Amino acid sequence: MKFATKAVILLAGLALAACNNPDKYASGAGVVDPGGAYGDGGISQGSINDPNSPAYFAATIGDKVLFAVDQSTLTPEARSILAGQAQWLGSHPAYNAIIEGHADEQGTREYNLALGARRANSVQEYLVSQGVSSARLRTVSYGKERPLAVCSTEDCYSKNRRAVTVISMGLGS
Amino acid sequence: MRHSRQKFADAQRLVMRCACKDGYSSNNPTKGTTRMKAFLKAAMAALILTPAVAAPALAQNGPLRIEITEGVIEPLPFALPAFVAETPDATEMAAQIGQVIAADLTGTGLFREIPREAHIQRIGVFDTPVSYSDWQAINAQALIVGGVSMQGGKLVVKFRLFDVFSGQQMGDGQQLAASPASWRRLAHKVADVIYSRITGEGGYFDSRVVYVAESGPKDARQKRLAVMDYDGANTQYLTDSSTIVLAPRFSNAGDKVLYTTFETGFPRIKMLDLASVSARLLPEVPGTMTFAPRFSPDGASIVYSLEQGGNTDLWKMGVDGGQPQRLTNSPSIETAPSYSPDGSRIVFESDRSGTQQLYIMSASGGEPTRISFGEGRYGTPVWSPRGDLVAFTKQHAGRFHIGVMRTDGSEERLLTASFLDEGPSWSPNGRVIMFTRESPGAEGGAALWSVDISGRNLKRVPTPGAASDPAWSPLLR
Repeated sequence: MKFATKAVILLAGLALAACNNPDKYASGAGVVDPGGAYGDGGISQGSINDPNSPAYFAATIGDKVLFAVDQSTLTPEARSILAGQAQWLGSHPAYNAIIEGHADEQGTREYNLALGARRANSVQEYLVSQGVSSARLRTVSYGKERPLAVCSTEDCYSKNRRAVTVISMGLGS
Repeated sequence: MRHSRQKFADAQRLVMRCACKDGYSSNNPTKGTTRMKAFLKAAMAALILTPAVAAPALAQNGPLRIEITEGVIEPLPFALPAFVAETPDATEMAAQIGQVIAADLTGTGLFREIPREAHIQRIGVFDTPVSYSDWQAINAQALIVGGVSMQGGKLVVKFRLFDVFSGQQMGDGQQLAASPASWRRLAHKVADVIYSRITGEGGYFDSRVVYVAESGPKDARQKRLAVMDYDGANTQYLTDSSTIVLAPRFSNAGDKVLYTTFETGFPRIKMLDLASVSARLLPEVPGTMTFAPRFSPDGASIVYSLEQGGNTDLWKMGVDGGQPQRLTNSPSIETAPSYSPDGSRIVFESDRSGTQQLYIMSASGGEPTRISFGEGRYGTPVWSPRGDLVAFTKQHAGRFHIGVMRTDGSEERLLTASFLDEGPSWSPNGRVIMFTRESPGAEGGAALWSVDISGRNLKRVPTPGAASDPAWSPLLR
């Protein structure tokens, strides 16, 4: 296993806490969620003006990358964003990340779950290749369950075929 | 759809030919019960492309009476006079039970009820001798007479079925009893017996459907498990909507439900006991996702998808634990497994060829055989309870379809077409398929629909709100 059991339990606990908070978007003015993350790691996002904050990570570095139809291959643009993510994670060792994989609605439910997992894994592998310890990363797929854009045209589908890197607290924080 | 219509027409010709071989084309004179059976038999054989199943009931002398014109089948007209309330406290129940029986039969698309205003004979007492000529005059082929009473706190329903044109009772009268709270089940059981006597096939009315009830906006949809009668009545919620739940599946005994939940933050499989409404997470390998579970026919094992390092394969585990067994080992996506009714094989989808296609392998794993070869992508295969067909979701040219094919991949027929149809589930008798239909756009939502395996009788199944991922139970006991 790549993950220490302890870390998994902790992360799972954090994610569970996030899921149980239906108002997580409603509170905290100044919180940004440009990537459409479903879980938020259960932590304070901080200010986008603070380069050390998860909010800055999401808004300025970019917490999400997009994919072509049915694909989990990273585009050059995606690699560039992920390089920035890796750099930020490298200089903020107190944080971990959960990588969410998502699919557009044009597919069956089970397949989209598997496809989202492929996308999340592509991101994880790239971050690891850029020096982020795999012990700090965990993947999850939401399939087509959490679209970011809700129209039923390619304009929205292209935004929904995404992987979102959600910052969470690391061990001992 | 041109392609599929063509295929369906071919299939009909095939069946009509087979039906004749099975004894429809006899020159013998009409004999009532046989005639009525043959009427529906012919219609149903044409629908399901499995004349062999229907053959035993047809192996008798009877006329050919196939009422098919361009694939449209004339439903069999029946009369159901108000059930007689035999005790004063049974009046309301008598009326409701009659309504449910009639709705079950007409809901199949194979029967049509003759309105009561047209009835000539009035049945005020259960044992009233049937005046066949009165029912022949209004062209009722079947007559259903019933009586309802309350006896010692139990609700008692008795009924008789008559073949009007042969002037005789069809099968024995029957009596069923249950607590008054189960009145709808009693009605469904009566309808199942009537359906079964006339068609020679098992019924499907006394059954339930577990599904995902949906609410909230599209980008923050709330989902919870619910179970209802097959016709949408008696909805009961099994989980709250605090976390995403997906794709519930019944055990063959109808007592347990497997589903996928995000309650830990990651997709995991949970097994729910319906009687106690208690659920437990199945064991997992840390760092993996598990989803798309389905019971083996004997209920002893579970086949499911396990994702590890971005790759999804099929695994099997015992319901009561034990070492999980890996069934596929491929860098492609393998998911949506479904057992054959005898438990010996598994049909599933894989994109190993580059797109989603359907494959069949031994239930213990091994080299699979691809069965889908048409244009487009094929997913969510489900083996029919009869064993002869596989239902699936097909995506082609921007549309979604529910379809069926034989287990060797031949005779593919598409039954539906829409923006998004997916996730077929079989009725207990293998005649009807229920599935999810989702409408497009920001305001789009999911609903349950059903369709006969002929592609006829497409209709929405009533639910209190939006709904998806239906799974039909076996016939209840």
